[in-house]
Amino acid sequence: MALAAIAPSSAILARHRVRPRRRVAEGVVIGLLSLATLVGVALLVTILGYVVVRGLPAIDLAFFTERPKPFGEVGGGIAPSLIGTVLLAVVSGAIAIPIGIASAIFVVEYRSGRFAGPVRFAAELIAGLPSIVIGVFVWTLLVRGVVGHYAAIAGAVALAVIMVPIVARTVEEVLRLVPHSLREAALALGAPRWKVIMSIVLPTARAGVITAAVLALARSAGETAPLLLTALGNDFFSTDLLRPIGALPLQIYRYAISPYDDWHTKAWGASLVLVVVIGAVGMLLRVVARQRVR
Amino acid sequence: MTRTFDRAFATGVAALALLVPLTLAAIAVLLVIAAWRSLTTFGLSYFTTTVWDPVHFVFGAAAYVYGTVVTTVVAVALATPIAVGAAIYLTEFAPRAVRAPVAFTIELLAYIPSIVYGLWAIFVMVPVMRGVVEPGLQATLGQVPVIGRLFSGTPIGLDLLSGGVILAIMILPILMAVSREVLLAVPPTQREAMIGLGATRWEAVSRAVLPYARPGIIGGAVLGVARAFGETMAVTMVVGNSSRDISGSLFIPGYTMASAIANQFVEADSELYFSAIVEIAVVLLLVGIVVNGVARVLIRRSIADRPAGAVV
Repeated sequence: MALAAIAPSSAILARHRVRPRRRVAEGVVIGLLSLATLVGVALLVTILGYVVVRGLPAIDLAFFTERPKPFGEVGGGIAPSLIGTVLLAVVSGAIAIPIGIASAIFVVEYRSGRFAGPVRFAAELIAGLPSIVIGVFVWTLLVRGVVGHYAAIAGAVALAVIMVPIVARTVEEVLRLVPHSLREAALALGAPRWKVIMSIVLPTARAGVITAAVLALARSAGETAPLLLTALGNDFFSTDLLRPIGALPLQIYRYAISPYDDWHTKAWGASLVLVVVIGAVGMLLRVVARQRVR
Repeated sequence: MTRTFDRAFATGVAALALLVPLTLAAIAVLLVIAAWRSLTTFGLSYFTTTVWDPVHFVFGAAAYVYGTVVTTVVAVALATPIAVGAAIYLTEFAPRAVRAPVAFTIELLAYIPSIVYGLWAIFVMVPVMRGVVEPGLQATLGQVPVIGRLFSGTPIGLDLLSGGVILAIMILPILMAVSREVLLAVPPTQREAMIGLGATRWEAVSRAVLPYARPGIIGGAVLGVARAFGETMAVTMVVGNSSRDISGSLFIPGYTMASAIANQFVEADSELYFSAIVEIAVVLLLVGIVVNGVARVLIRRSIADRPAGAVV
């Protein structure tokens, strides 16, 4: 009697033993996966948190208007490197944006050309190179070659090499979104190729082209290694393209590896400025992109 | 008249566009020429010896290659489980409303400049590594017979391990973004079929979704390698840059190839020294081209060419 009563219940137990174990495994795994996600988010929050909290004390008006002071003197700012970063952005943008847009036009609008493939492929390869390799290239070509010494123009060229593939690939994507019927309509009306591209295709893709340019500029604003080998850095105000020039990332590096607490604070301050600039640009791009979708 | 201008325009566009492959060619050719002296002087011994002596004109980069390999391996080993785990959670399990925003948040890590990572690493991460993580590793894993060697020496915080950890954080976003994209490209029928057979959601993911996505996820990891091995500033700031020891410990204040360039380019006073530094860049260039190529092939195969519902 007793045995008969136990038998069915143990059968039920056996059937149930499998299911809870699978449920538990599922729970454990999901727990671990969400933990991994949490780690990712926590890293971002921690790093940005430190930049804001440690950087804010360094920020005042003088920080943006004065040049760095020698150690021991209170105050001083990062104005020369702000000017340097802007100047480098203008010059490198002037070099890279036309080339990037042209190679995108070449790849999309003249795709029958024999060289469209190689152009695209080369852009992809350059985009994948470590930026220090590009730094060494420009260092060899300009700093130790044509120019003969560290110079702002070398830094701008290095940044331009980094920016071209970013501009080219982003613009390429946008050009592909322009409907073929637009090109065909214009061509049917007798418009020459250049006019179709300049007055129909590019204006249609304008928002995307601007986005590409700004994105590339934002990316290059944080580059350090290639500038170290080319622009070198400069504590004094300079706009001379043939002399070394400061830049925000270079200033952060110099302050960060120094032994002085005051300079460390300034490094955090300069980082905050850099992160805010890049963040603001990113936000702006997202807003623009969203409007375009609408 | 119009036709002439049309042709001139096309020529101008082509000329600007061809600057791109020309630049790539110029990078390769110029670097090899500049490195030629070192290439011919040292040959293979450049990669097998660790003597780097500018005074006596002897240069061997084995220690730099070693440091690059070690930091990259540490970075990928640490970042892959976290990145893939987060990607799985955000495509399969998380509440729908938070999926995209959380993924976007983690991807923001990719926009923080390398130099800011370096600053954070020096002042926040390194003290933690020195005070907590490294002594802890030494007291636990350091006592295990074979792998204990990895954790021998003085925990100083400025070493290969720290270099690897900051790299892991830096490649996390790209790894997660690629894994997520690959997982999103897995056809829903893969999951539905497993769940229809009575599998739990995790069983469906681990047996029907992950095998399908594996090539793409590996491609993401390779892309992580491509980012990690050439990364310069953050690593240079925490990797130590003082010892060319290749004894096997992670607690060595070593160099990576990129950090060796960043630390020494100013001192390159002799032609041979200059040439030896450029040769490091040649190695980075070659590895960069190969690794990126492999990653792209793997990812593309995983995202594009599969017919919907294909069985692995």
